[in-house]
Amino acid sequence: MTAGQDEPIFDLAIVGAGPAGMAAAALAGEIGLSTVVLDEQPSPGGQIYRNVEHAGGVPLPGASREKGAALAAAFRATALDYRPGTGVWHIETHPGEPCRLWLLRDARVGQVRARRVLLATGATERPVPVPGWTLPGVLTVGALQILLKSAGMVPAGPVVLVGNGPLLYLTAVQLAAADTRVAAVLETGAKADLRAALRHLPGFVASGTWRAGLALLREFRALGLPVVRDVSEVTIEGGDRASGVRYRTADGQSGTVPAEVVALHEGVIPASSLARAIGCDLVWDAGQATFRPEIDTWGQSSVAAVQIVGDSAGIAGAEAAPLAGRIAVLEAARAVGRLTEAERDRRAAPFGRALSSLLRGRPFIDRLYPPRLARSPLADPVVVCRCEEVTAGAVRAALASGASGPNQIKAFLRCGMGPCQGRFCAPTVTRLIAEARGVPEAEVGSFRLRPPVKPIPLAAFAAAMEEDAP
Amino acid sequence: MFRRRAQSDPGLPPVSIRFEGRTIAATGGETLAAALLAAGEEVFRASPVSGAPRGPFCLMGACFECLVEIDGMPGQQACMTIVRDGMDIRRDRIVEGEE
Ligand SMILES: Cc1cc2nc3c(=O)[nH]c(=O)nc-3n(C[C@H](O)[C@H](O)[C@H](O)COP(=O)(O)OP(=O)(O)OC[C@H]3O[C@@H](n4cnc5c(N)ncnc54)[C@H](O)[C@@H]3O)c2cc1C
Repeated sequence: MTAGQDEPIFDLAIVGAGPAGMAAAALAGEIGLSTVVLDEQPSPGGQIYRNVEHAGGVPLPGASREKGAALAAAFRATALDYRPGTGVWHIETHPGEPCRLWLLRDARVGQVRARRVLLATGATERPVPVPGWTLPGVLTVGALQILLKSAGMVPAGPVVLVGNGPLLYLTAVQLAAADTRVAAVLETGAKADLRAALRHLPGFVASGTWRAGLALLREFRALGLPVVRDVSEVTIEGGDRASGVRYRTADGQSGTVPAEVVALHEGVIPASSLARAIGCDLVWDAGQATFRPEIDTWGQSSVAAVQIVGDSAGIAGAEAAPLAGRIAVLEAARAVGRLTEAERDRRAAPFGRALSSLLRGRPFIDRLYPPRLARSPLADPVVVCRCEEVTAGAVRAALASGASGPNQIKAFLRCGMGPCQGRFCAPTVTRLIAEARGVPEAEVGSFRLRPPVKPIPLAAFAAAMEEDAP
Repeated sequence: MFRRRAQSDPGLPPVSIRFEGRTIAATGGETLAAALLAAGEEVFRASPVSGAPRGPFCLMGACFECLVEIDGMPGQQACMTIVRDGMDIRRDRIVEGEE
């Protein structure tokens, strides 16, 4: 379990083998950095290109599949230490010393050391707390896509998709192509969203991403699925499991759709648990309505040895992720003395230009598909923290009796202290506090996170220690 | 609640696992969560607070709703575990305060 003095110290440890991590690793190998890549998935690809090396996988739209396969092939062809099935649950960073990454693989604890760390941990879906969202049969839209991509599985009965955003439309198209009965798409939104987005249309057009976006929307509309627009309230019905969805629209229409599977989605937010636990500074991103790590153009975080790229640094999508990964690796190579500043700048310039053009397209998408249910008024009985079953009412009561910030709510109610470590309640808790105190979310902040960022079974330590024993 | 599409890969080896004593046929390479869902199991654990039934939610390792006990070791994420022949799985029984 211990990394002895004779263990290698890598130049670079990359956490995550999605498009950002794969591209970063391939370039790091090419430059000659000794690199270890850690990812808890069994194969490279990340979220978008999950299982991409597998021929039987699900068709991705357009040229996506080839892009993912090319990234994975270049990654595999590079000499590096790739460890799939390996979760990183803590990183120790001390100035002037190599970083120590704590790992969990096959239910055993381990560790590895590196001079620099690149976090490319991607995104998770934004929590959409609605009445009934803890019932079996309720999943995220991303979860349905994962079942399709990794196991070729689809809902057996009628499914209702609730929310908005590109991933929801993409998954609807993929499910329909796989003969799934989509009983309804309850699109959350408001008439004002389009107006707000239009201001950012020029950037979207200039970015070139509009082609793929428009093609996807056309495909989605062409399916002729029952779509209800401007949905503003949703309740999932059911006793022991979900049986349907009751909804109401902004202009007062309402209805109920029976369903066997209900899938929620209102966009993705950065997976920043490791960054937080390390102590990287966060900023509030108003456009994306989320906290994200504060980074410079090289992906450099506020912690000297740590860079953050791809969706884990702020949602920018699968095209931007490899560019950001490469740019960051060039800076890491400079930091360890492998490239001069001039070489770094020269090689980064084309990536930088392509990236800034792509990033100009993002505000349009963010404004067109803002979180709606995830930010609409929450009734007291709605569960906010799924792990500890803390309701919105309990959070409000704690605030009324003197708790003032996220960490006090955590201490009072155990909210955010369960196994998910606040991944699915932190944004809601911050919002409830902001509403109650009448201050902006940026000022409220979020939970302080302590390692481990994932619960480690005690037996995992025991297993590693037994192996170490002579 | 979920079904496998007809064209699931014939190259993958069949494996056999047990869930709460029931034998389940699964496909090598797939996750334990997928195998259980395909077999019609949708309750993976009880909420340690209220005892309410819970099942997979995000399937990407973030929500921890799919925790199960595998070969005697509790608290393991079914969605991040690849099935192995002979795996013995039980619903997670961690109760508040006993962890
Ligand atoms: C469920 C889901 C499905 C998506 N599907 C699509 C899609 O079909 N099309 C699309 O354009 N976009 C999709 N997205 C958006 C997606 O975030 C980006 O398009 C793209 O995948 C981002 O690339 P990335 O390299 O930044 O991160 P990701 O591709 O998310 O890769 C991050 C990797 O880091 C690993 N990781 C995270 N934390 C740890 C840790 N602590 N230890 C070890 N490994 C870790 C993860 O296992 C993952 O493989 C999806 C997002 C989600 C959440």
